[in-house]
Amino acid sequence: MNARTETELLQPPMHSPARLSNTHLDALEEETVFILREVAAAFERPTLLFSGGKDSLVLLKCAEKAFGAGRIPYPLLMIDTGHNFPEVTDYRDQRAKELGAELIVRSVEDSMKRGTVRLAHPGESRNAHQSVTLLEAIEEFRFDALIGGARRDEEKARAKERIFSHRDSFGQWQPKDQRPELWTLFNTRLAPGEHFRVFPISNWTELDVWQYIEREHVGLPSIYYTHKREVVERRGLLVPVTGLTTPARDGETVQVRDVRFRTVGDITTTCPVESLAADAGDVVLETLSVDVSERGATRMDDMTSEASMEKRKKDGYF
Amino acid sequence: MSTTTATLDNTALHGDTGTALRFITCGSVDDGKSTLIGRLLVDSKTVLQDQLAGVQRGGETDLALLTDGLSAEREQGITIDVAYRYFSTAKRKFIIGDAPGHEQYTRNMVTAASAADAAVVLVDATKLAWAAEVEDGTVVKRELLPQTRRHSLLCHLLRVQSIVFAVNKLDAIDDAGLAFERISAALNAFAEAAGVQVAAIVPISALKGWNVATRHADWVGYEGPSLLELLEELPVTAQDEAVPFAFPVQWVEKFSASADTSQGRRVFWGRVASGHVEPGQRVTVLPSNQTATVAQVLSHTRQPKSVHAGHSAGIVLDREVDVSRGDWLLAPEAFEPVREITATVAWLDDEPLVAGRVYWALQGHRWVKAKVARIVDRVNITTLESEPATQLEANAIGDVVLALQQPLAVLPFTQSRALGSLVLVDTASHKTAAAVLVQPAAAKA
Repeated sequence: MNARTETELLQPPMHSPARLSNTHLDALEEETVFILREVAAAFERPTLLFSGGKDSLVLLKCAEKAFGAGRIPYPLLMIDTGHNFPEVTDYRDQRAKELGAELIVRSVEDSMKRGTVRLAHPGESRNAHQSVTLLEAIEEFRFDALIGGARRDEEKARAKERIFSHRDSFGQWQPKDQRPELWTLFNTRLAPGEHFRVFPISNWTELDVWQYIEREHVGLPSIYYTHKREVVERRGLLVPVTGLTTPARDGETVQVRDVRFRTVGDITTTCPVESLAADAGDVVLETLSVDVSERGATRMDDMTSEASMEKRKKDGYF
Repeated sequence: MSTTTATLDNTALHGDTGTALRFITCGSVDDGKSTLIGRLLVDSKTVLQDQLAGVQRGGETDLALLTDGLSAEREQGITIDVAYRYFSTAKRKFIIGDAPGHEQYTRNMVTAASAADAAVVLVDATKLAWAAEVEDGTVVKRELLPQTRRHSLLCHLLRVQSIVFAVNKLDAIDDAGLAFERISAALNAFAEAAGVQVAAIVPISALKGWNVATRHADWVGYEGPSLLELLEELPVTAQDEAVPFAFPVQWVEKFSASADTSQGRRVFWGRVASGHVEPGQRVTVLPSNQTATVAQVLSHTRQPKSVHAGHSAGIVLDREVDVSRGDWLLAPEAFEPVREITATVAWLDDEPLVAGRVYWALQGHRWVKAKVARIVDRVNITTLESEPATQLEANAIGDVVLALQQPLAVLPFTQSRALGSLVLVDTASHKTAAAVLVQPAAAKA
């Protein structure tokens, strides 16, 4: 069976990885561009999931390089929970406009009005319910490929996913029965009603993303850099106080801290980290010395159970 | 204890270390693959506090849980599909594919191997009958586990550039020196018979971290580098540049009227399969057989450049010719398109390969129908002998003759990965059914 070992054996040697050369970023960029073009060529109705977050902005930068500004051959799609950070949605709209790209927004609130999303209680996070709205958008536009900015280093279930990941007619992922993916001979064949999720930055790490943002001067929403924000400490996380969505509970003290966001998603599930990093170069240096993972430091939705990402993905999540 | 640590070594870099080394760990079930990766991640400080906390079970740390990311895997304590993990040392970045050991999931191992620069094949020393003595003056044949053979053979067939054997769990053996010596001999004997080039054989304890990141001095008579030190020096896969220019068209970019299209209305995008391309290169289009001259070459980010094998390029031709996605631009008279190929297939689908059946075949970006004209033979994994076969079951390796609906320009896989590889896809289920490695035309009668 799988081996066990005592914890004291796990003290790592002291060193920090040096900042690596540009060749590495060039290779990642080239792989991503190759995949973006493959989607443009192999599918009839692809779309690029664009949240305004850093990974999707990096993806869009690569798309701009692949196709030229104003010539990205697919629309952008955003699933809005209604609980997004305004800095992010504003930046999303601005960027789409700059690139002359078509932006489709579909909202969880509309699904709630239709009755296809029912919250267990009014305060329940809408994060996981995005899957329903996403699948409704896929049906509405008959998308056959959705390009996403998920990375394998983010999370254990994502570490298992193919670059071209097949979804059945219910939008479900079958993690135990993934198609082999040999060389870069991508099998993009589909039956009617099925689709693919495609992850062109699968092989990028959080550090790669920040190094690329630094090198390419990729603009980001301001909340990715240090700012003062009202937060409360809850279960080791800094939970942002945003009035309607996450009020401070009894016994919690609202404090103003210098923070930045490492990931940005639904307000109710995303937490900032303490930081004074004012630009991408500062963030690169911080990323080199972190000891808590990107999602571990910031995502309340992943902490509920070890398999929560896998469960959501099977249901059609990004 | 430790004398040298890979990550503290600041000697000059060799070769193209700017690009990450992609390697896989493979071998039989429970030989310690996931534990080894867990150890590499922990010792290279890639595992973060919350991730380490997530794999504590009753006060102990289960390193394998760092990569077994699916709930079905954690339930059963096995690896089903490849987990990709990322780590770096001061010298190099690495992408690891943790491949499953069960025969049932060989397709996932092949997925990982097809993209790998190197393979670390784990061998569990405690599972082998290394202690058996000499019989009748001849050494007893020490059998390796079937999956050790299968995975080594697949890595070899897929041209994984460096194959390293890591003999694991030697810490659990009293006479570890003798065990390592005898297992090394068995590995070398197998490798020689199978034609596998061995980059190194390293004795390790993934559990204790011996010879993983850090050398474990004065142990089993081994004087070489730790596994990680070795990986830091291994080359990335060399491109097949000696082969004439060949280019599969991935995507055709059409411009309506605009100033930058004076040299043609379309840009043909793709990745150079072999050779290199610069303006002035003459090309023949497959299948139309028209010829043209390359007027302009763009890099993957649309900058003018000459582009070598393995890199994306945009090609503008000097005249209007019929070119669409799936077509190939080829150096004139360098290739002879064929309607029939002999190939080694690694069969991956649960539905067996049947002679007479038609599949979809994909080469570059071209889909053609391919009919299995006949099954030449199947490899017996234990004896490495060829045996007759009427079908190839899941995980079998064998040679077949494929009749193609349209001609393709192919080269033996040993000469060109891009021109010598295809996949077969089941026309009904759309599942990827086989990795196809083209053989020299005259190899099999």
